[in-house]
Amino acid sequence: MERIIEGKTIAVNEEGYLTDFNQWDQKIAEVLAAEAGVALTPKHWEVLKYLQDEQKNQVALSIRRIGKSGIVDIKEFYQLFPTAPLKTATKIAGIPKPASCI
Amino acid sequence: MNENNESIKKMMIILSKGTLENVYAAFVLANGARMEGIEAEIFFTFFGLEAVHKKKLEHLHVATVGNPAMHMPTMLGGLPGMEAMASYYMKKEMEKIDMPDVHEFLDILTASGVKLWACKLAMDMFHYKKDDLYEGVDEVITVGDFYQKSEGKGVHMLFV
Repeated sequence: MERIIEGKTIAVNEEGYLTDFNQWDQKIAEVLAAEAGVALTPKHWEVLKYLQDEQKNQVALSIRRIGKSGIVDIKEFYQLFPTAPLKTATKIAGIPKPASCI
Repeated sequence: MNENNESIKKMMIILSKGTLENVYAAFVLANGARMEGIEAEIFFTFFGLEAVHKKKLEHLHVATVGNPAMHMPTMLGGLPGMEAMASYYMKKEMEKIDMPDVHEFLDILTASGVKLWACKLAMDMFHYKKDDLYEGVDEVITVGDFYQKSEGKGVHMLFV
């Protein structure tokens, strides 16, 4: 599937996750965040960067791991992305939805 | 499953058992709900209270007797040390798949906004006090209180 964000054609899957991280940029993140009802602060960007780095290193993302990241604790993670934090944050970060149960 | 075709808004989970596999089932379901943006609350009653009892929550075991899925003869499962051994191996496997221990899991649940309630009747029966419980337990409540908290559309109840 494709959609146009800020004049750019972006490949996404049926849930709206980017399928090619190379197409991701900050403008796209801002649009995706607004759609999720999240106003991005510097702390949000820090978390998004962390998620992208973990993804690059092929680390399986989970709530538990985020809590041990040193970037953000679980409570704050839920405050930053109140509804389904891991799903929402990975979508904004332009990386795949984690297949994690914990 | 999904009454009235409403989306799931809140999971009210009743944990009545203190065996490791049941405690984890309840915790994974509650945490999984929060991860999906669904509210979750757990009502600990009868042996489920062991999962939030400070002195007991680190010592929960899997059931080796009366559990056909263990594929172990019942007589063997009843031998001294058998439960401890089975629990040891299960905990080791859980760590491998990034599963937290009971105490850390409770920390994750409370940080994720899961409400934890202790059943008053069971507390009285076991002579437990609120101070005996994990500090993240919100309150000791009656079954009636729990029903009141479960009112509303899209609320689902689950008994473990």
